[in-house]
Amino acid sequence: MDLDPLLLSRIQFAFVVSFHAIFPVFTIGLASFIAFLEGLSWYTRNPVWERLSRFWIQVFAVVFGMGVVSGIVMAFQFGTNWSAFSYAGANFLGPILSYEVVTAFFLEAAFLGVLLFGRGKVPQGVHFMSAIMVAVGTFISSFWILSANSWMQTPGGYELRDGLVHVTSWFDAIFNASLAPRFFHMALASFLTGAFVVAGVSAWYLLKKKDAEIHKRAFSMSLWLILIIAPAQVVVGDIHGLNTFEHQPMKVAAMEGVWETQRGAPLLLFAIPDQEAQTNHFEIGIPRLASYILTHDWDGEVPGLNEVPQDEQPPVAIVFWSFRIMVGIGILMVLFALAGLILRRKGAYATTPWFLQGMRFMAITPFIAVLAGWFVTEVGRAPWLIYGVMTHAEGLTPSLTGGMALFTLIGYVAVYTVVFAAGLYYLMRVLRVGLPPEHEMTTADQNQRAKRPLSGASASWEEEPQQ
Amino acid sequence: MSEPVFDLTIIWAGIIAFGVIMYVLMDGFDLGLGVLFPFAPSEDARDVMMNSVAPVWDGNETWLILGGAGLLAAFPLVYAVFLPALYIGVFLLLAGLIFRGIAFEFRFKARTSKYLWNWSFAIGSTVAAFAQGAVVGAYIQGFNVENMAYVGGAFDWLTPFTVLTGLGLVAGYALLGATWLIMKSEGSIQDWAFKITPWLLIAVLVVFGVISVWTPFVDPFVAERWFSSISYIWAFPVLTLLCAIWLVRSLHQRRDGSPFVATMGMFIFTYLGLLASKFPYVVPPDYTLWDAASAHESQLFLLLGLLFVIPIVLVYTAWTYWVFRGKVKAGVGYH
Repeated sequence: MDLDPLLLSRIQFAFVVSFHAIFPVFTIGLASFIAFLEGLSWYTRNPVWERLSRFWIQVFAVVFGMGVVSGIVMAFQFGTNWSAFSYAGANFLGPILSYEVVTAFFLEAAFLGVLLFGRGKVPQGVHFMSAIMVAVGTFISSFWILSANSWMQTPGGYELRDGLVHVTSWFDAIFNASLAPRFFHMALASFLTGAFVVAGVSAWYLLKKKDAEIHKRAFSMSLWLILIIAPAQVVVGDIHGLNTFEHQPMKVAAMEGVWETQRGAPLLLFAIPDQEAQTNHFEIGIPRLASYILTHDWDGEVPGLNEVPQDEQPPVAIVFWSFRIMVGIGILMVLFALAGLILRRKGAYATTPWFLQGMRFMAITPFIAVLAGWFVTEVGRAPWLIYGVMTHAEGLTPSLTGGMALFTLIGYVAVYTVVFAAGLYYLMRVLRVGLPPEHEMTTADQNQRAKRPLSGASASWEEEPQQ
Repeated sequence: MSEPVFDLTIIWAGIIAFGVIMYVLMDGFDLGLGVLFPFAPSEDARDVMMNSVAPVWDGNETWLILGGAGLLAAFPLVYAVFLPALYIGVFLLLAGLIFRGIAFEFRFKARTSKYLWNWSFAIGSTVAAFAQGAVVGAYIQGFNVENMAYVGGAFDWLTPFTVLTGLGLVAGYALLGATWLIMKSEGSIQDWAFKITPWLLIAVLVVFGVISVWTPFVDPFVAERWFSSISYIWAFPVLTLLCAIWLVRSLHQRRDGSPFVATMGMFIFTYLGLLASKFPYVVPPDYTLWDAASAHESQLFLLLGLLFVIPIVLVYTAWTYWVFRGKVKAGVGYH
């Protein structure tokens, strides 16, 4: 069998970036939640908020640490596997990624130290401010990285000279056509992820009746947040889709499974796209609805994949199904948000077992939805690496062989499996231990800890001997 | 090539060169402690070794990411040639850094599984140090580049010469780690550090010496620069040797801080010697700084931002150090 370095590199990139993405998408939302708890604690002086905050800061510390470790690989991946792309796009991408490091990473690192270990060493208002700065840092970071990604989707403010990107307008390049919808879609996704994980973990404690009164507060808060954000995400997602329809119609054609340009296109609920035959099998759809959603006209024209040669079409089945998984989970989220609202009338949301069990399992769904969404947007851009400018094949490192790519793919899978297993195992230990005790940690205790992310968590690696 | 009014490329070269030596010095000693880890006299010694670097090591990872991004921004050709050429080596480096990174975090929380994290830390650090040394060797060797893209094979970088530079940096980092430990520890642990330092110094001097003699044969350009006429460049090896002598003297006098400073001096002058040997070639044998540079407006856009942002970063970083001023207590770090 011939090893294809292009395919292997794409699998490796998808694997590394997916693995990395699940950490920041959670920490962005959680950072804001912690800032909110710290604010409540500062404003109300109620010690409950501080205990809750201390617990979630521990979780944050572990997840943030995993994100940092897996992020290092990202900074080098562009060069090792996609050197032609890096070289061609460096004039824009280099400064953007550098700005992410200097404006966000240092901010997060510095204030995370104060957030984790500064309690009691700085006034409470300053501690609250540190929580805000960490949250702000996570948003600055996502702004830059999404700007870079959006530019690859809808490049602007540049010209090509001898095959190299030269920036002609930094404003147009940074604030390119798809940045705004992508940023808000992603920001809401992060809030949803944070809220569903907090709700799921709280539901678990409520089921176990462990510190139920305290976790009920977090549960209630996250349900309110979900009630606002889940429907809002439907609206923003729609706007993002329309933006894609305008700038990358072939991606939308793949999302909707539209092979031939047509008026009154149906919204397909189920289909098995067949790239070979350029058609769908077993279609089940709602007539004309896709046209209405995309053009706000029941008979609007939706360009089909036949507009471009077959080798310029994205892999339809992946895009089509990823999109349905994302939307399906989104609908499920809205339903749970509504169920929470209905149960709230009698205060039953914190006691109804099926709802608590349901929320517990919902905690995993935002991660699936986020990854599915990224698969839609990244795979849907294929065969383009920079849309309309450079294909994946052109961006690949010329000297890369299939054997080299396979070696590192297996290597990263192995390394990440160990790291992820260790991190997940430890996170479970933190959750098992639960809320920190009411009394403050002693200063001696804190002095022994280093200013490192995971040191913010206090659970032991093994089961504690009887205490 | 149209020359802009003022030459940002030289400024950027200075920034990157400074960043590299800062990374080497700051991460060097904690990688070095990892190299020494299996040979430590006791588990207590390992606790002290790890605690002595725990608060600082992860800042270095951020600098490493900035190094990658900064190189892409200022000298994309370097980024786009070094990484493909060193493909397997880069993987080993990153895998090593990841394993030692999580070992830092989890070792303090483990009891019966501690030995696993000890090995994770030791092997990860050693592999990362070796890979970095091999990068230096590969740079001296030069790269097979056509049309601004690397066209060599997967293992061109792995030659007897780069194996030697890899081992050289492992020894060098171990020396940095040992002298750091002299400064940061006391009692039997410090005694041990004093005992191993001379042997490490001998190893370093031998390997560095062989590399220095070998290099002109690997790269005729270097030979030309050193031997065509006696120039200022000879000051660097002389200063390196003076630092080595200073190190030996300070070891005899059992000084706490000087051995570490002297070792840093050896690193700095060796590094300057290397830069002076190759200047202005960043992608040897054919490409200079100016060939590798990004567009003027990109260098300017980032530089202006950095001038504004970096002072702010320094202010709040300094503030967090001030918040956590005072000594970190010795003793085990888990609870």
